[in-house]
Amino acid sequence: MSAVMDAVGALPPRTGDRVIQFREALREAMSEEMRNDERIFLLGEEVAQYKGAYKVSEGMLEEFGPKRIIDTPISENGFAGLAIGAAMYGLKPIVEFMSWSFSLVAADQILNNAPKMLYMSGGQWGCPAVFRGNDGAGGQLGSTHSWCVEALYANVPGLKMAIPSCPYDAKGLLVTAIRDPDPVFFLESERMLGDKAHVPEEQYAIPFGQAYKHREGDACTLVSFGRPVNFCLEAADELATDGIEVDVLDMRTIRPLDIDSIIESVKKTNRIVIVDQSWPFAGIASEVMAQVCERCFDWLDHPPVRVTTDDVPTPYSKVLEQAYLPNAGKIVKAVKGAL
Amino acid sequence: MPKRIAYKIEIESISILDEHANFDESLGAGTLRDDEAVFLYEQMTIVRHYDEIAFKLQRSGRMGTYPQNKGQEAAAAGAGFAIKKHAPGSWLVPCYRENLALFLNGLPMEKILLHWMGDERGNQIPDGVNILPISIPIGTHPLHASGLAWSLKYRERVMKEARDNSVVISFFGDGASSEGDVHEAMNFASALKLPAIFLCQNNRWAISVPISKQMGSETVVQKACAYGMHGVQADGNDIFAMYKVTRDAIERASNDMKPTFIEAVTYRLGDHTTADDARRYRDPKEVEAWFNKDPLIRTRKYLEKKNLWSADKQTALEAKAKEMVSQIVKNAEGIAKPTSDDIFDYTFATLPDEIIRQRDTMHTHSLGQNPSQETLNAHTHAGAR
Repeated sequence: MSAVMDAVGALPPRTGDRVIQFREALREAMSEEMRNDERIFLLGEEVAQYKGAYKVSEGMLEEFGPKRIIDTPISENGFAGLAIGAAMYGLKPIVEFMSWSFSLVAADQILNNAPKMLYMSGGQWGCPAVFRGNDGAGGQLGSTHSWCVEALYANVPGLKMAIPSCPYDAKGLLVTAIRDPDPVFFLESERMLGDKAHVPEEQYAIPFGQAYKHREGDACTLVSFGRPVNFCLEAADELATDGIEVDVLDMRTIRPLDIDSIIESVKKTNRIVIVDQSWPFAGIASEVMAQVCERCFDWLDHPPVRVTTDDVPTPYSKVLEQAYLPNAGKIVKAVKGAL
Repeated sequence: MPKRIAYKIEIESISILDEHANFDESLGAGTLRDDEAVFLYEQMTIVRHYDEIAFKLQRSGRMGTYPQNKGQEAAAAGAGFAIKKHAPGSWLVPCYRENLALFLNGLPMEKILLHWMGDERGNQIPDGVNILPISIPIGTHPLHASGLAWSLKYRERVMKEARDNSVVISFFGDGASSEGDVHEAMNFASALKLPAIFLCQNNRWAISVPISKQMGSETVVQKACAYGMHGVQADGNDIFAMYKVTRDAIERASNDMKPTFIEAVTYRLGDHTTADDARRYRDPKEVEAWFNKDPLIRTRKYLEKKNLWSADKQTALEAKAKEMVSQIVKNAEGIAKPTSDDIFDYTFATLPDEIIRQRDTMHTHSLGQNPSQETLNAHTHAGAR
């Protein structure tokens, strides 16, 4: 499958003047699906009365009532397991983790149960649940609250994982996630919830496993997902001032991974820089790198390059956290080093 | 200010048919009819034989690890029968020591053997039978039971579907009551007012760890009472007591949307599983005392006292059990082995292209999985520059 640049199929235009926040795009996806399908309900800490810790579910309690928008006790393992049981008997839960960092206490339910139910029951009980929440460094939240769970969790077969980088994709991918019959891990970023961009009013579903090509160029392939895609675009602007044009690919989903689009781009540029806002060891960037080496080694004119964080727990201090995370400057340097 | 009592609980313990086959008429009236008691005695005997054959199958290499149910048949019989009679169609969410409750509610008997023979098709439950596959990780499944109970309530209240009398019952042991999942399941059932029954078979041993080392509490059931849930203890080797407390719990769940915790006090007469040898850590005197409390012995004595049972009937039953179980073993062993492409089935609701490719080629993109390296050649040389 080729990475798409423009709207394909029935997808509405990405540009326009209906500018809303990332969090509103998420809310629109959930609310419209809930209007059309009463099997869907939202549960999590603070999602009802408090409108969500990050106000993603504002107005949803008023519209759908307390039977469908459910405040839970602080019990991630509990409500994740409850959702799995409900999904096994015909409902479609959306579980909000205030942070994916807190999902670690629910690891057995979300990793050892949700993705295996269908398999272990010989196809009888699937788990059409969406688990969503903030992932990655939120800005001085300290090491225990700044988890990037994608590498750890994407290792498990049976689940799907989407990581949007902008409001348009957030809405379209969340719609797909909710309609999907398998468990979907949907990773948002606290740092992007206030980002504003055009989002079509209509409901649209972006297919999983299809990268989006934000920018075209032949000097290097720049691949990322989630928040750092935005750093890649900044970097690409800067590189362009030096006459360096790069392909910028937003993977959008990690599981399934649109590796074909990456390979296609590498065969054109012969260079790849992978940007991942998590640790270098056994990360998503490592996986992309491994597959690139297996599938188009002979096309590479430079070893694949990763831009990741340092291999340390996320620092608490503002300056140290900034130094730890990928940014446009590091990406520019990495691309130039690969040329 | 004077001190006041913030909270006080009393927990009933129910015993109707004791180990000497004394029957408490005041509590036992209106529980199981004679024909039902006979039926359950027969079922327990068949399942005991099934258990012994399963043990032998393992010992002769025809089956994997198996956890014997021996000694705990009455808890499964009384509870399973109450569900069958008063709340048919309810969800049963088992661990692995309540085979009879599952059989009473429609699970074909070869399924359990098939499961322990290492065939996941043993987990395929026939349509219309609301039983989840047996759960081996300890205590993770009561959360699913709470989720199913939530779904029952949600479908009734939001989607306006008929619930009939359906409830959800989960089975687990004293060992599982130390797991956080079980406590979260209880908390949710209580906070969300769910039609759920938690049935803890306290067989006094979590593999080799006795109850005295597992918890500081006098009973298991008092843990549930901390969540504001009704709790009751019952003699788990007494089909009448188990039937009664489960029937009451069904009413509470179905009519009042209130969960119940039942602690069935019983004993694991056998080893934890066939991979265990309990003689290494249990006092033989303790085991002997519990052999005398065997549910089969007391139920038979009770039936004999009431002239409902005889030596002839016993002989006939044992012959029937042998024949039945032998046929069940044949059924389980007669199922064709799965083919290797079955590995990929049911990974997702719809198999993605990548999984289909792996199934068709039997290798991933990892070159080491593909000695011929056709994938590599195809990718690198076809379009080499």
